[in-house]
Amino acid sequence: MFSFLVNRLAILAPVFFGVTLLSFGFIRILPGDPILALSGERSISPEQHAALLSKLGLDKPLWEQYFNYISNILQGDFGTSVLTNRPVLDEFLELFPATVELATCAMIFAILIGLPAGIFAAVKRRTFYDQGIMGISLVGYSMPIFWWGLLLIILFSNILGWTPVSGRVSFLFDVEPVTGFLLIDSLLGDEEGAFASALHHLILPSIVLGTIPLAIIARQTRSAMLEVLSEDYVRTARAKGLSPIRVYGLHALRNAMITVITVIGLQVGVLLAGAILTETIFSWPGIGKWIIFSVFSRDYFAVQGGLVLIAICIMSVNLIVDLMYGLINPRILHTR
Amino acid sequence: MKTKLLGVAAGIAAAAVIAVSAPSEAAVKTFVFCSEGSPGGFNPSLHSAGTDFDASAQTINNRLAEFEPGTTKVVPGLAESWTASDDGLSYTFHLRKGVKWHSNDQFTPTRDFNADDVLFSFNRQWKEDHPYNPVSGGKYLYFGWMDMGTALSSIEKIDDYTVKMTLNAPDAPFVSNLAMDFASILSAEYADKMAAAGTMETVDDAPIGTGPFEFVSYKKDAVIRYKAFDQYWEGRPKIDKLVFAITVDKSVAWQKVQAGECHMMPYPNPADLEAMSKNPDINLLSQEGLNVGYLGFNAERAPFDDVRVRQALSMAINKQAILDVVFKGAGSAAKNPIPPTMWSYNDDVVDYPYDPAAAKALLAEAGVNGLKTNIWAMPVARPYNPNARRMAELIQADWAKIGVDAEIVSYEWGEYRERIRAGEHDTALLGWTGDNGDPDNFMFVLLGCEAAKSNVARWCNTRFDGLLRAAKKTSDPAERTALYEQAQLVFKREAPWFTVAHSVQFRPVRKEVVGFKIHPLGSHIFKYVDLK
Repeated sequence: MFSFLVNRLAILAPVFFGVTLLSFGFIRILPGDPILALSGERSISPEQHAALLSKLGLDKPLWEQYFNYISNILQGDFGTSVLTNRPVLDEFLELFPATVELATCAMIFAILIGLPAGIFAAVKRRTFYDQGIMGISLVGYSMPIFWWGLLLIILFSNILGWTPVSGRVSFLFDVEPVTGFLLIDSLLGDEEGAFASALHHLILPSIVLGTIPLAIIARQTRSAMLEVLSEDYVRTARAKGLSPIRVYGLHALRNAMITVITVIGLQVGVLLAGAILTETIFSWPGIGKWIIFSVFSRDYFAVQGGLVLIAICIMSVNLIVDLMYGLINPRILHTR
Repeated sequence: MKTKLLGVAAGIAAAAVIAVSAPSEAAVKTFVFCSEGSPGGFNPSLHSAGTDFDASAQTINNRLAEFEPGTTKVVPGLAESWTASDDGLSYTFHLRKGVKWHSNDQFTPTRDFNADDVLFSFNRQWKEDHPYNPVSGGKYLYFGWMDMGTALSSIEKIDDYTVKMTLNAPDAPFVSNLAMDFASILSAEYADKMAAAGTMETVDDAPIGTGPFEFVSYKKDAVIRYKAFDQYWEGRPKIDKLVFAITVDKSVAWQKVQAGECHMMPYPNPADLEAMSKNPDINLLSQEGLNVGYLGFNAERAPFDDVRVRQALSMAINKQAILDVVFKGAGSAAKNPIPPTMWSYNDDVVDYPYDPAAAKALLAEAGVNGLKTNIWAMPVARPYNPNARRMAELIQADWAKIGVDAEIVSYEWGEYRERIRAGEHDTALLGWTGDNGDPDNFMFVLLGCEAAKSNVARWCNTRFDGLLRAAKKTSDPAERTALYEQAQLVFKREAPWFTVAHSVQFRPVRKEVVGFKIHPLGSHIFKYVDLK
């Protein structure tokens, strides 16, 4: 187990440096710089421009900037935002819980619907139900998030008036942040109705963000189930005359779950990517919206610090999934 | 699984029921503004976007002089009055007495606003050796853009309620600059206290001002809260709480206004305007913006150094078609470099007619045949030009009719402006939104001989420049008006720009809101707003 962990960490080290290099390089390849982005049509003189760039340390040679960036990261300093002049880590930690809360709810939504749908489709293989579910999941998978979000807002918020249009909680509530997770904080606080409002605000964004993972989970569950259903032990179970619930639920699903758990773990990246659009549509104060805004304003330090922090989160989740996978299926620990 | 599902369903249903019956604060008047983005911070001298100013300068702070809401007229603010010396080189400000500062957890003011605060606010931006200069990043962009460092010679405290500012050269628009957001007055006492505590940045993060609203809290990317300041010197605002619900997407903001989650939004999508005007719950306010969109001819390059060529190309463009197609009615034809809402606008100026035949003849007279050129189009939508690419295509087609072959060029926004500054273009689309409502802020900044930074036409006319300089030297409004009117005639005759349009700004506001006025400079001012 220990050597497996060391092995995985050794692989992550080059990935980490690759990410730092990409996030450092990517924002600098884009034309413009933070000062020009701030200036609008007020073109500033080359002297003023140079002086401001030098204030930000952007006049130094690229290799030196990169070296400082890496050595600061290794000391836990992810830089300071050009726009707000606050430490990037502070901004990230302030916004990250909102994204995690949204992603978690989206995932719960995706699993609650995707898993049963996939099982049902596998059981009813090659029937109208199977084709219907797979068809719908293909549509869900291909749905442009932006369009889907606006469609739901227009229907549920505007025409039917069932859900709030956007935001994380009604402006009537000023919930004191304790954990950063509003559902928890609103229960800890004494504002009546804040929890309900927070839950209410989560519905549409969770559906929008959860749609793609839902489609993926449904399809993967179906194929994993189909594979397992053709195994000898399932046939044996059937031959023994066990009830369908025992056959599918106990024998087949348990084994199919190994694949499904991995797929669910891999959705973390999809969720964070989807969060960029979902958060923008629903004015959700999370890291997706923050990163996109930082790119537009060429806030080099927020982008290069934020992307690395996001990468660290994804790598950590993948590592945990790997370890869990190893625990569920010990053969993996020995084959590597 | 079944019970889980049921549990969630029950939770959602309960949420829906409770949310509908959420506690209403009927007694408390709360105004919600669907603001367009997160402010960079709450110090208007450090953060220079309109979003920053709405969140700080217009709510929390005041300035020595202020713009009268809805106009660009400069009226007394924290200075009750001021006098200019005869040579126009010095201004003496008499400060208002009894103006109270806000307070917060860390600071309770022991004195009213006075001259020390004025000196602190300007010296911090101006003097690099000021202890607060490097605090919070120390980037005072607007102070630099307005060339305040070059304009100012000294700022002196005469007594607690008198401040004298001396300039290096007479500059009549100077007082207008002091009404701009970056010139907001911050508390010197607060700054001293935070410096003593070793937390200087608190001054910028937990703002204290003299303005109509006190800062309460900010949740990044989500919400900013303010409360009415009971001791505000102009009288307490009529609303009790002011909330900025940050909503980046314009379509979503419009949905929120319709749903009553916000009372108003800024900068609506042009595509939504028709629905807004038909909605019975909404007043769609509109006003001509203090801006101009133009096509600048690079007068340093042949053949654009020939006035006849510039005139001919101007006559070849169908301005009305651009207004119809690009502005869709949300713009008015421009003939002067300043908008018609600005004082000294010369309505006697006659614009070039759309006349391709005359244009062709004039080009031939100038000896220009088979001209190959370029039209630079901005990559972004701006208030004065919602779609530069489309505009460039229309101009390209118009010019093709008189035998001019133009290629459309575009770069990323920052690079676009850098290359224009370097003079790489033949003709370029750009525009301007006024800073302080003074004609000097359009004409001298964009067309003056010294305006190397932003003179897209790279045009220097001694007659024009002389008129502008004379207008800078006198503070007599009538005299200045006459000079600017003449300058506009010279401008039109010389045609360094094809003036395209002044755009109209729209604000959808819910019917229950009273007292909101669109500000020509684009600020959102809520101190006089009330809810029915």
